[in-house]
Amino acid sequence: MTGMRTQTAMDAPISLAIVAMGGQGGGVLADWVAAAANHAGLIVQVTSVPGVAQRTGATIYYLEMIADRGPGLMPVLALMPAPGDVDIVIASELMEAGRAMVRGLVTPDRTVLIASSQRAYATAEKIVPGDGTADSRAVHAAADYAAKRRIVADFAGIAERHGSVISASLLGALAAAGVLPVSRQHFEQAIRDGGVAASASLSAFGAAFDTVARGTEAATPAGPVKVLPDLPLTASPGALDALLQRIRRDFDPAAQRMIYAGVRRLVDYQDAAYAGEYLDRLAPVAALDVAKARDATLTTEVARHLARAMAYDDVISVADLKTRSARARRVADDVGVDATQHVLQTTEYFHPRMDEVCATLPAWLGLAIEARPRLFRLLDRLVNKGRRVRTDRVGGFLSLYLIAGRKPKRRTTLRHGREMLHISQWLDRVSVAAATNYDLAVELAKSRRLIKGYSDTMSRGHSKYDRVLAGVTSLGTRPDAADWARRLRLAALLDAEGVALDGALKTVATLDGPVAPAKVGTN
Amino acid sequence: MAERSFKKEVEDLKLGDGEVFRGEGILAITKALLENGVGYVAGYQGAPISHLMDVLADAQDILAEHGVRFESSASEATAAATLAASVMYPIRGAAVFKAPVGTNVASDAIANLASGGVTGGALLIVGEDYGEGSSIMQERSHAFAMKSQVWLLDPRPNLPSIVKAVGDGFALSEASNTPVMLEVRIRACHVTGSFIARDNKRPPLTVAEAVENPSRNTGRIVLPPASFAHEREKVEQRWPAAVAFIRRHKLNEHFGDPHARIGIVLQGGMYNTVLRALYLLGLADIHGNSRVALYVLGVTYPLIDDEIAAFARDKTAVLVVEEGQPAFIEPAIHAILRQAGIDTPVAGKGPLPLAGEYTTAVVLKGLKAFIAEHDRTLVRNDSRTPDVAAVLEHPTIKALAKVVPQRPPGFCTGCPERPIFAALKLVEQDIGAHHVAADIGCHLFSINEPFNIGATTMGYGLGAASASAFNVPAKKRSIAIMGDGGFWHNGLTSGVANAVFNKSDALIVVVDNHYTAATGGQDILSSRAGNGARGTQHPIARAVRGVGVDWVREIDRTYDVGKMRDTIREALTTTEKGPKVIVASSECMLNRQRRERPIMAQAIKAGRRVAKPRFGVDEDICTGDHACIRLSGCPSLSVKHTSDPLKEDPVATIDSTCVGCGNCGEVAEAAMLCPSFYRADVVHNPTWAERVLQRIRLAVIGWLMARREHDRPAFAR
Repeated sequence: MTGMRTQTAMDAPISLAIVAMGGQGGGVLADWVAAAANHAGLIVQVTSVPGVAQRTGATIYYLEMIADRGPGLMPVLALMPAPGDVDIVIASELMEAGRAMVRGLVTPDRTVLIASSQRAYATAEKIVPGDGTADSRAVHAAADYAAKRRIVADFAGIAERHGSVISASLLGALAAAGVLPVSRQHFEQAIRDGGVAASASLSAFGAAFDTVARGTEAATPAGPVKVLPDLPLTASPGALDALLQRIRRDFDPAAQRMIYAGVRRLVDYQDAAYAGEYLDRLAPVAALDVAKARDATLTTEVARHLARAMAYDDVISVADLKTRSARARRVADDVGVDATQHVLQTTEYFHPRMDEVCATLPAWLGLAIEARPRLFRLLDRLVNKGRRVRTDRVGGFLSLYLIAGRKPKRRTTLRHGREMLHISQWLDRVSVAAATNYDLAVELAKSRRLIKGYSDTMSRGHSKYDRVLAGVTSLGTRPDAADWARRLRLAALLDAEGVALDGALKTVATLDGPVAPAKVGTN
Repeated sequence: MAERSFKKEVEDLKLGDGEVFRGEGILAITKALLENGVGYVAGYQGAPISHLMDVLADAQDILAEHGVRFESSASEATAAATLAASVMYPIRGAAVFKAPVGTNVASDAIANLASGGVTGGALLIVGEDYGEGSSIMQERSHAFAMKSQVWLLDPRPNLPSIVKAVGDGFALSEASNTPVMLEVRIRACHVTGSFIARDNKRPPLTVAEAVENPSRNTGRIVLPPASFAHEREKVEQRWPAAVAFIRRHKLNEHFGDPHARIGIVLQGGMYNTVLRALYLLGLADIHGNSRVALYVLGVTYPLIDDEIAAFARDKTAVLVVEEGQPAFIEPAIHAILRQAGIDTPVAGKGPLPLAGEYTTAVVLKGLKAFIAEHDRTLVRNDSRTPDVAAVLEHPTIKALAKVVPQRPPGFCTGCPERPIFAALKLVEQDIGAHHVAADIGCHLFSINEPFNIGATTMGYGLGAASASAFNVPAKKRSIAIMGDGGFWHNGLTSGVANAVFNKSDALIVVVDNHYTAATGGQDILSSRAGNGARGTQHPIARAVRGVGVDWVREIDRTYDVGKMRDTIREALTTTEKGPKVIVASSECMLNRQRRERPIMAQAIKAGRRVAKPRFGVDEDICTGDHACIRLSGCPSLSVKHTSDPLKEDPVATIDSTCVGCGNCGEVAEAAMLCPSFYRADVVHNPTWAERVLQRIRLAVIGWLMARREHDRPAFAR
């Protein structure tokens, strides 16, 4: 508990707004706070706007509390929070805390902000083909300014660890904050009176109370963290060790960890020899960095995207990943299986088309089938349907296991040849550009990010990639070509249909002067 | 079966003289009806009055004990027409619905009721769905009161005032032979508070007694020449009677300093907001003692001319706080004062905005401007006025405003309507975009991301009707969506039968989720569960065939995205003539979870075998394109950042709130998205045989895994 003075409800009401998403139990929290304040002898008024607005959307519950001066002096309480007039804001999700601040409900002179730090991404954030998630740091920065006092912690996590709901942990945080003239016992009584799952709620309440009382809330987090692995000193068998030594010997230390991440991925994906091929392809790029006396930016970016390109997602890799023991353990952990009590059944959802099957056949056979459209369509009719595979059963498991077993033959498949050709063309573009415009080469390397997904999604990615590269080609030798390439890539990641990309390409097409103003936001 | 049980609330209805009732405003109204000897109640559910109906539906024993009839009406028109029982019989009746959409639907009945007039008190309780959180067009009920001449009550938003208004409304209705509309705003319906209860009263004449002793009077029937007489009667007899009653019983109240130089005339429902604004300006205390004179209209129609004249006569200026547009009260006050030769300036829409909700901040701003202009002695330096402008201008807040995403309401986790729109989106990807006419109900969430489906919404049940113009020979057919609630409300006739009669070729999709889900999960004709008090289990398809549709397809599991997609495509491409109707049925997941979760928990506890499904994403296989999310939007299907430096974009993930509906897997399969999805069924209390089989399987599979992993080279982690 801090030394903050407990507010007294003399002749001013204490106002408290709960901002939440529909279905998060904001109503339960409001009821608990009201009951606790009632136990403490306060007059409480709760208002809300339920209805359809509550279905998963942003919603708000509002409470006012004031000392009871007897029946002759009934207070007139407000039915909605007024900006600048709120003492306590409780947010059950981080961006909802942000929304409250944008609405002016959190002000530096008086508002205590209690917010749970977890994110529940809005649909608009999730549907972006790239990374559309809002930057949480903006919320923390604003809270530092706007809140008189901020109490931010992962109250959702606390609740989950205690088998309860976030309302319980947020109530604990409110109790520990000491901003209401209501004792811990009153809060706990409110939970007990509520009845449902009271013991789990009380334990989540207590855990949150302790977290806040001890002041062990979260510090402002950095953005998403990527972990680059450290190179081990040695590895066995010898083939792996040789790869390690090659990384150390042939590449700039600044790029080594990314390269090692790529090598590790490709050894796992195929074998040590394949990772060797990766280093073979990477070596000329590293030489470019050296020749240009640059830091290893280009090498690092190519290392990242080349690894992903070489570890293309084919049927073999999917089957391989789904038949590993680590994967089985992760699924069991995710769904909370206790092997002594439960039986776990897993069903995989596949929908192969003849395209994918053909791609996995030896190149000569795949090409032969592709050259015969009628045969292709006939086979497609046999192949192209949804298949559900029970991988907890031996039969279902074995079917994937056998597909994964085709790994040694991967280099002979039709798909492999095509992927390698595409990679060569991409690397050629990168190295040609590097000769005259280093920054453009880096951007071209990064544009490989557009190719991802399976079937139609992958075709769409390829199409975007091709359009971005065509756009870059049209830029010729403009000095700001790298800037435009970056804008085109970011635009391509904004929506699935490529509307933003079309707009950006139109802008590029109108360029003829030296430098035109930017149309797409920076990263 | 409603969304929640109202057992506790039903107990509150039994409180007697002197006991304290605690609860929400809408439940206080419910109790007040019984205390005032209501003989029958009819209504149509919708925010914010659903709870009134839900509680009465659960209170059959109390109703039976007092001889009170409660009808879950087919529509608001039905509910208002029910008040016909008060025309000839001295029975108090109430009709409840959401306004103004319900008032629109009920207006024909209201007009006829108001023309003939009533003998027993007739109360129209309208829950005003206006302002923040509203899901409908923003209009006023006031105009309906004026056009049909029914009196409009607007009580202060606290429980004692609301409860008193119910009694006043019945008495006023009887004193003036006129139906009375009681308007309660959405926040007033849900505000908590308390009042001192009275005993429930049995109606002096029950509807059963009335129907056994019928009576009629052609003078009360709306048919010439009586209808002409009614119009005169309204202004010559009923209006003066109402004015006399309102004045005598002081239904409009005075507060504040009567000698103040300025005064405020306000709708009763605006009282707390105006008081809070005065409090923030330092012109009132929290107990309502104001330095400004207040004339609070408990009745906003009709106005009492001499009360207004008396209030305004010695003031330097009067402010009218009238929420919504157009203004009716403010021009009327102008007219009253000018006719009385009083030249006190009147302000309203001016200092206050023409449109939009009158929140505390809005009223505060308007009051401030009004006071600065008309009584500077009241401008105080020590006011409590919050100033947020500077806060909102701070760089961190301005930066934040660009970051915070919109979060409109959407389909719940596991919603059975989601796969219907996923299927529709797949069809559109295949054969092009179509004109989609939407309706009212949960399905309307399809208009937002990620589906972006639906061009118009014209009113409840009017989805199919609103596509009528497109009934022309063309290369594409129009699609209309309608919920089961809208279907039974009027869509069967206004949409389906209309399409049959006009020989339409269009597609009508009826979304059947077994309840009127958007209003709180009330039962309707086609609900699957039995309901002792209501007739359920009447299939929509039978009604559709009954009005002459030949092409009808019933899909009893909407989650079958492939089948859904194929059926929609067939409907849009078949050469068969006549309207195509697809009835897509699966239970509302919110209600299903409420129903099944306790049963499941109990079964697990009792040691019975239960398989709990959940879905997951293999993050190694997910490439972070989010195509699956663009066909779902499920709250439990989200994204997460990985620590993998090779993967820049966040991958899909499914959290523990997943209810295992299967939509993701089905969509991934139907749209050929990717093989990342898996379904995991956790079997609780597995059988003995299952355990043994599992052990054998695990041994074989484990051996195979180990064999391969032994050969796989790997760097040490």
